[in-house]
Amino acid sequence: MSAPPLLEATALTKHFPLRRGILGRQAGLVRAVDSISFTIDAGRTLGLVGESGCGKTTTSRLILHVATPTSGSIRFEGAPLVELDRDGLRRYRRSVQAVFQDPYASLDPRMRVGAIVGEPLVINERPETAVLRKRVLELLELVGLPARAAELFPHEFSGGQRQRIAIARALALSPKLVVLDEPVSALDVSIRAQILNLLRGLQRRLGVSFLFIAHDLAAVAHMSDTIAVMYLGKIVELGAAADVALRPKHPYTQALFSAALPLDPGARREEIILSGEIPSPLDPPPGCRFHTRCPLVMERCRRDEPPLAPEAGRLVACHLYPGSAT
Amino acid sequence: MSAPVIAVEDLRTHIVTRWGTIKAVDGVSFAVGEGETLGLVGESGSGKSMTCLSVLRLVPRPAARIVGGRVRLDGEDLLQKSAREMQRIRGKRVAMILQDPMSSLNPVFSVGMQVREPLISYHGLAGRALRDRAVELLGSVGISSPAARLRAFPHQLSGGMRQRVVGAMAISGPPRLLIADEPTTSLDLTIQAQYLRLLKDLQTRHRLAMIFVTHNLGIVAKMCDRVAVMYAGRIVEAGPVEALFRTPRHPYTRALLESVPRLSESTDWLTAIEGQPPDLAALPPGCAFAPRCPRVMERCRAEEPPEFTPAAGRSSRCWLEAPA
Repeated sequence: MSAPPLLEATALTKHFPLRRGILGRQAGLVRAVDSISFTIDAGRTLGLVGESGCGKTTTSRLILHVATPTSGSIRFEGAPLVELDRDGLRRYRRSVQAVFQDPYASLDPRMRVGAIVGEPLVINERPETAVLRKRVLELLELVGLPARAAELFPHEFSGGQRQRIAIARALALSPKLVVLDEPVSALDVSIRAQILNLLRGLQRRLGVSFLFIAHDLAAVAHMSDTIAVMYLGKIVELGAAADVALRPKHPYTQALFSAALPLDPGARREEIILSGEIPSPLDPPPGCRFHTRCPLVMERCRRDEPPLAPEAGRLVACHLYPGSAT
Repeated sequence: MSAPVIAVEDLRTHIVTRWGTIKAVDGVSFAVGEGETLGLVGESGSGKSMTCLSVLRLVPRPAARIVGGRVRLDGEDLLQKSAREMQRIRGKRVAMILQDPMSSLNPVFSVGMQVREPLISYHGLAGRALRDRAVELLGSVGISSPAARLRAFPHQLSGGMRQRVVGAMAISGPPRLLIADEPTTSLDLTIQAQYLRLLKDLQTRHRLAMIFVTHNLGIVAKMCDRVAVMYAGRIVEAGPVEALFRTPRHPYTRALLESVPRLSESTDWLTAIEGQPPDLAALPPGCAFAPRCPRVMERCRAEEPPEFTPAAGRSSRCWLEAPA
């Protein structure tokens, strides 16, 4: 361990009270994110995978600071976010940007591309017109768009090109971390590789870190250095991308990656089909949250919640492994 | 193979737009036999969904029109049927499952009412027999306590459960042909695995011919016997799944297979397909893939390639296959 991580989340928790009736009595608590810890190193990519309701999006919102954690902390370059003053927070928000899934929804149809890409600069730095124009052209070139794109409107571009525009905008303030929330799932298959290559190239050139959220597991494994697998608000497995993707230890990770179908029609592999559905995060099962669907469930899984503990070079939260014995 | 359940020959569907006439389906032919699954893959706008809608004669009118070809279901040409006859065929002999179950289910009616509807109109069931059959159908798609679920409304069910209800309605015929258009795209991965297994079970049980539309090549590898790759309204390559994945002939198929990240191998860079998907309103002369093709030749920009048969059961629309 040399340099401290760029971002460090410790016991990060976000609960949403569920209110009922006109008096707004609290009727329950959605444990969207429940005490998760992870780090993102400078110039690296953390992949976040899991199914609906697992807390991926809430986690990204906490990192983008559009939601405040119920408890736990986020440290950015060593400084806890809660201790930042207004200026500090403003700097943080400039350092952390986002690219969302749908480039048809994330770009204002009435603004020219040059204005879209330049807007963060206008708001934050108020540069002179000539400087702004130069920066916008640099950004467009960075994402592989021609200079004349600046004069056009978003509807004149295809989905892949729009996502390039969104990426250029996210990079305008030279952020240190970009949250990529399903950046290619709205794009055509033949375009996805272009965008994934572009993102990887940008990371090499700019040294930017990524939080990569996607349901395409092969894409996550391809893009990430480390992968965190979430289930119902908890991280169940966290480790190097190759370990988690190819040699998963947690029964949920195993089932998830076995459901990512390989391209080889002849491949005979063990297929794990889970029974049942994902329980509601409003009322997560006691003990291990996965026990209701786990093919290897044991008695203690229904009772004790397994801690995230070291096993085979990564962290796993499962009673199957002696490391988690308390 | 015995006589195919569905045989589509030279199907052509055009859409009239402000920018001119778009050939959404441009001379598509394929056949699917009993118990067989054909995968239809391609990007958005390649014509795969429009092909399916044409088979059911549900193309959005008046803009879209089927202008030519034959669609034979057990030998009968569906394009010659009256609107009334088609209504008896849809849902009974040909069923379709769409991507979003909420677009197939009516939110204001209970699951029971919707599952009973085809049973009443196609099978004339009533009373106890109707109820029993509805319960049986829901049970057969793996819905627990089906009798109680009949009273539920679609919004009370999860996405996976809704799609199972749609599945139950689809097999109530039971149909000869099941068209599944991206049926698992809106589902979570572990739920997708459950649903794919269910579809396979239903197919085996009823010997269904199945057309599976998807852009997920992994699903094709798992579910399909044959695959047809569409690009700009045409089938550019077709063949048995295993052969086509192992030795793709058309440069588009090859590029598509190479551009997808794979879990089993780590590479620094993916082989991307350059350029953008084709604009159907302004297709280039010659081969539609030519502007993006890594192996483009002079001829490709001038002449449209016909369908070549490089091996038994395989076809490719590419000048690379032309005999020297």
